[in-house]
Amino acid sequence: MKHTHLMIVGLMALPMSAQAQTEISWWHAMTGANSEVVDKIAADFNASQSDYKVVPVFKGTYPETLNAGIAAFRAGQAPDIIQVFDVGTGVMMGAQGAIKPVAEVLTEAGFSFDKSQYLPGIVGYYSSPEGEMLSFPYNSSSPILYYNKDIFEKAGLDVNNPPKTWAEVWAAARQIKSSGAATCGYTSTWLTWIHTENFAAWNNVSWASNENGLAGVPELAVDGPVFVNHFQALADLAKEGVFVYGGRTSEAKQNFTSGECGILTESSGGLGDIVKAGINYGIGQLPYDDTVEGAPQNTVPGGASLWVMGGKSDEVYKGVGTFFNYLSQTDVQQYLHEVSGYLPVTMAAYEASKASGFYEKNPAREVPITQMMGKPPTENSKGVRAPNLPQIRDILNEEFEKMLAGQQDAATALKAAAERGNAAIREATGG
Amino acid sequence: MRRTVFPHKVLPWLLLAPQLAITLVFFYWPAAQAFRQSVLREDPFGLSSTFVGLANFRKVLSDPNYLNSVQVTVVFSLLVAFFAMSIALFLAVQAEKIIRGKGFYRTLMIWPYAVAPAIAGMLWLFMFNPSFGSLAWPLRQLGINWNPLLDGEQAMALVVAAATWKQISYNFLFFVAGLQAIPKSLLEAAAIDGASRRHAFWTIVFPLLAPTTFFLLVVNTVYALFDTFGIIHAVTGGGPGKATETLVYKVYNDGFVNLIMGDSAAQSVILMVIVITLTAFQFRFIEKRVHYG
Repeated sequence: MKHTHLMIVGLMALPMSAQAQTEISWWHAMTGANSEVVDKIAADFNASQSDYKVVPVFKGTYPETLNAGIAAFRAGQAPDIIQVFDVGTGVMMGAQGAIKPVAEVLTEAGFSFDKSQYLPGIVGYYSSPEGEMLSFPYNSSSPILYYNKDIFEKAGLDVNNPPKTWAEVWAAARQIKSSGAATCGYTSTWLTWIHTENFAAWNNVSWASNENGLAGVPELAVDGPVFVNHFQALADLAKEGVFVYGGRTSEAKQNFTSGECGILTESSGGLGDIVKAGINYGIGQLPYDDTVEGAPQNTVPGGASLWVMGGKSDEVYKGVGTFFNYLSQTDVQQYLHEVSGYLPVTMAAYEASKASGFYEKNPAREVPITQMMGKPPTENSKGVRAPNLPQIRDILNEEFEKMLAGQQDAATALKAAAERGNAAIREATGG
Repeated sequence: MRRTVFPHKVLPWLLLAPQLAITLVFFYWPAAQAFRQSVLREDPFGLSSTFVGLANFRKVLSDPNYLNSVQVTVVFSLLVAFFAMSIALFLAVQAEKIIRGKGFYRTLMIWPYAVAPAIAGMLWLFMFNPSFGSLAWPLRQLGINWNPLLDGEQAMALVVAAATWKQISYNFLFFVAGLQAIPKSLLEAAAIDGASRRHAFWTIVFPLLAPTTFFLLVVNTVYALFDTFGIIHAVTGGGPGKATETLVYKVYNDGFVNLIMGDSAAQSVILMVIVITLTAFQFRFIEKRVHYG
């Protein structure tokens, strides 16, 4: 009997001792070098003060992390902070009551929140139509062009001048193949993200109505003539064996790092693997379509942001606010940017990297930033949003695969994709 | 027949309790949840939900993608069950003929069964990756335009091969045991009567193996329907297009990627009905023709 009493007292004492420090759980999907960055940032924050302790937990891939968060929320066990990838943004925004806007968390924690300190392209994407910042942009990336200098040399192309427009890419790719410099001229990761979402923004054409879904329920416009021309060119190149399809996500990177393909369009976040492969590579801007007036415009961010879940105690929110405030400090942002290869989130961090001479040593690292910041975004280039973007991407990928296999032409593929996508959006919005 | 009556009333229940608890928690409870979810329309977070009756079922059954997935599943399951069983039977018969190193040969044959589905999928994916696969290269040299990333039939062939390869070990084990149970005297009698080995196999061995074959037919069908998720997930992700999207994969895709809970739940309820019907059918009709010796 006495022992049980002691045990109960002992058990009660446990949370008491922990109460001095509020724990904040942070679910994330970062692997490899990027997960070390997460751990270091959390450890540094914990060492910088004694009131809060941020505990990062790896939850698998981006979709797995989102699913784990949703399942946990339904079971009443949601984490305090969850990292959600760009395509999951619409899902999170639709979940009012499940989340707490980051702007609110920061101001309630007593920090001033000045939107102008943040890169406009990024902050715009993670804001509500009314302009309130809903999630904290943690890792942002932008698609760029990589090319193999050895293959360019062999094919008789200008090694110091990567193709700037899509027409130039097609010509260079054909030359690579016909000269025998490589078996494949061009490949690309993430066809949906790079060739529809960013393609639309970069060329300032509409991806969907209602500002690409940022201002309301979108109606897809990806079957427009500019898209049809672009995809027909891709389909023709695939038929000639000049363009090689790698897969729906980042698989095509292997086709480039193995030396099979001469040109690749990929996320700026993919730089690490390309450096590791040890090939003689160069970097250029994402190509644009020179038949469209006003192109290039600006690219849209990919990557992920941190969401704060709803229904937590004031103490937790104060801790989250303190942590986000810490995250936006210039030296932390500069570290994140220079080590992980993702874009800096604040203007100050960008300026600091510039001042330190980082871009003079690594000129390629500035490409994704200038691309995104080059011009103030238009209604076509703030980003895309749909309540069920993962599903829309799946539909597009399925139609692209049928097109690249030669079962249908670009016009048919894009028309089918838009129709199926719009039906799915209506379904998701309960219409 | 005399019935044995046990005096205890509580003890049997107590002894059954662990098994009942497991069945309740891991089968009935999730199944009930699936039924509940299948008549609701809910947002991913469960913040709002409306009762929609059988609307989810109507929608799923009229969806051409669902019908495509049914077709894919039938083709996939038939191919996997047929190849996994016939190759295993062939290997088991060959194993019987070996005189030295029988144990070693058998052990080698059983190994693949220990490989997790996702790993098996990755192995096949690497071997047949169009850009660096060690076995994709010879295929190209043979003049085959090998590209399972875009060619639906090749993708299907790849997942069928991976799923078959993994199941052969299991079938092999049962066929070896089945072959050993066949009395040698029958085969000797056949040999004395002048029957060829082939003739003896089809008229004596194969019919006597029927119980084993039937059992494996049930197990392999269930395996192809449900346990191949990991392989498909790792190798094709249901693509290209929807060429390898089986019913189970579609449940996952709609529920966990597209976050349409109602549709996904309705599909899993349909799947449950299919399995119950299939198993009942197999035991009722096919079993009648099985000779248990």
